[in-house]
Amino acid sequence: MISIQNLTKFYDDVCAVDSMSLEIPEGQILGLLGPNGAGKSTTLRILTGYLPPTKGTIYVDGFDVRNKTKEAKTLIGYLPESSPIYPDMLVYDYLEYIADIRGLGKSQKEQRLKELSDLCGIRDVMHKTVSSLSKGYKQRVGLALAMMSDPKILVLDEPTSGLDPNQIAEIRSIIKEIGKEKTIIFSTHILSEAEATCDRVVIVNKGKIAADGSMDELKSTAQAGHMIKLSLRDADQNDARAIFSEIDGVDDVNCEVNGNQLDFKLSSSRDLRAELYLTVKNRDWILLELQQEKKSLENVFKILTSEEK
Amino acid sequence: MSPKSIYIVFKREFKSLFFSPVAYIIMTIFLVVTGWFFFSAFFLAGRADMRDFFNLLPLILTFTIPAVTMRIFAEEYRSGSFEILATLPLEKWEIVIGKFLSAHVLTIVMIAPTIIYAFFVSSVGDLDWGPVWGGYLGALLLSGAFTAIGLFASSLTHNQIVAFIISVSICFFLSIVDNVLIFVPGFLLWIFQYMGTDFHFSSIAKGVIDSRDIIYFLSLIFISLYSSFLVSMERR
Repeated sequence: MISIQNLTKFYDDVCAVDSMSLEIPEGQILGLLGPNGAGKSTTLRILTGYLPPTKGTIYVDGFDVRNKTKEAKTLIGYLPESSPIYPDMLVYDYLEYIADIRGLGKSQKEQRLKELSDLCGIRDVMHKTVSSLSKGYKQRVGLALAMMSDPKILVLDEPTSGLDPNQIAEIRSIIKEIGKEKTIIFSTHILSEAEATCDRVVIVNKGKIAADGSMDELKSTAQAGHMIKLSLRDADQNDARAIFSEIDGVDDVNCEVNGNQLDFKLSSSRDLRAELYLTVKNRDWILLELQQEKKSLENVFKILTSEEK
Repeated sequence: MSPKSIYIVFKREFKSLFFSPVAYIIMTIFLVVTGWFFFSAFFLAGRADMRDFFNLLPLILTFTIPAVTMRIFAEEYRSGSFEILATLPLEKWEIVIGKFLSAHVLTIVMIAPTIIYAFFVSSVGDLDWGPVWGGYLGALLLSGAFTAIGLFASSLTHNQIVAFIISVSICFFLSIVDNVLIFVPGFLLWIFQYMGTDFHFSSIAKGVIDSRDIIYFLSLIFISLYSSFLVSMERR
């Protein structure tokens, strides 16, 4: 559906996207993740025909964005970052304007406006000016605009930034709902969001693809190691530390005294929970807590984006 | 390039120009200034013609039209809404022409009420209508040229004030250049004279409709719009 080929973009001397290649099949929800300035927005802007690429190109359903721009744009619905819609227009007028540009017929237009106002929950604000809307409503209007012509591809640049948790949940459910039939590409820097909505995640860093795959695949590729949290009572700090250090596979022991409780953090290359339990049992220490920390998304993200490449 | 898309862009721009108070303020200022200058000299001169009005018009348009056009692109760049406009299935040409027409219609609406002056003059004296209609044809072309220049200036920057100053500078230069020909070396004289809008406008306003003058204004409009088109294509 979308084929990004060797895409490079320079802003004067600054390289925003560095020979990126990516194939996105039809019907996929793809999350573009990355730190600020990684080149997410730039990639989306080139895809939507707003910026010309310096080198390489993107094919949208076979149309080259460099010279078949109009054909490519017809297939894409785009919501730019922070939804910059004309502030002085009424929401209804705006929707109608976009419907006209998208070439919807008169009866078709009315029906589509009804559908969208229900889907995006903007029925109550149709008669208000855009400037009087809250950020969440503005974002929803932006989403309705992007979906006006029922495009095959939906491109959303940080659709949930600046929204409250309820609104985020709503936008996410809308994305999931429409993602059943459409190809959706959205950028975000909220990791849990990507995990909740995406079929596939691409992490970009410094204009290059740092990782590509489903969320589970990404987690297993990033070697975050095991981290075990352990809380004990009635134990001697030095004694315990020495004993734990001797267990095979323990790389590092960290201890904090917390009242009469000792909090340990052990890092290891394998799962040590069983051995730790037996050790503690033998010593008659009181075990308050034993927990293996999950490899968090934040860790995966950190590892993939902080590596010097 | 389809007329339908141009019409859609035109309609939206036109509405937004008339929704904002700026349009009404500028139109009021324009009518007050032209009315005051015209009538303060009219009874002193004691001639039943509109020559004074059309002599003054280019200079007043030099300052009023840029105030209309300054926001057209600059505001879109500043608020980021240009990103939505540019990613809709529209050609850049359609956007430029739609925006140009909306601003030009506004300037026509602004100038149109001054026809009342002509009716007033004809009621107190024997007015020759030829130069009047010529003058209005010239005003139509001149305001089109200034609007196109203003549009181009607006496409260069995201700051409305900068856009205003650039377009006033260009329009002012074109208005006065054939009055300062003394400073121009002899062999360049004809170029500078031909460049000046006043040279062409005043001959149309006398009622002499020469195809060269019309071509001059149309090519000024075309060059400015084409430049705006190029700038908006290269915008990044």
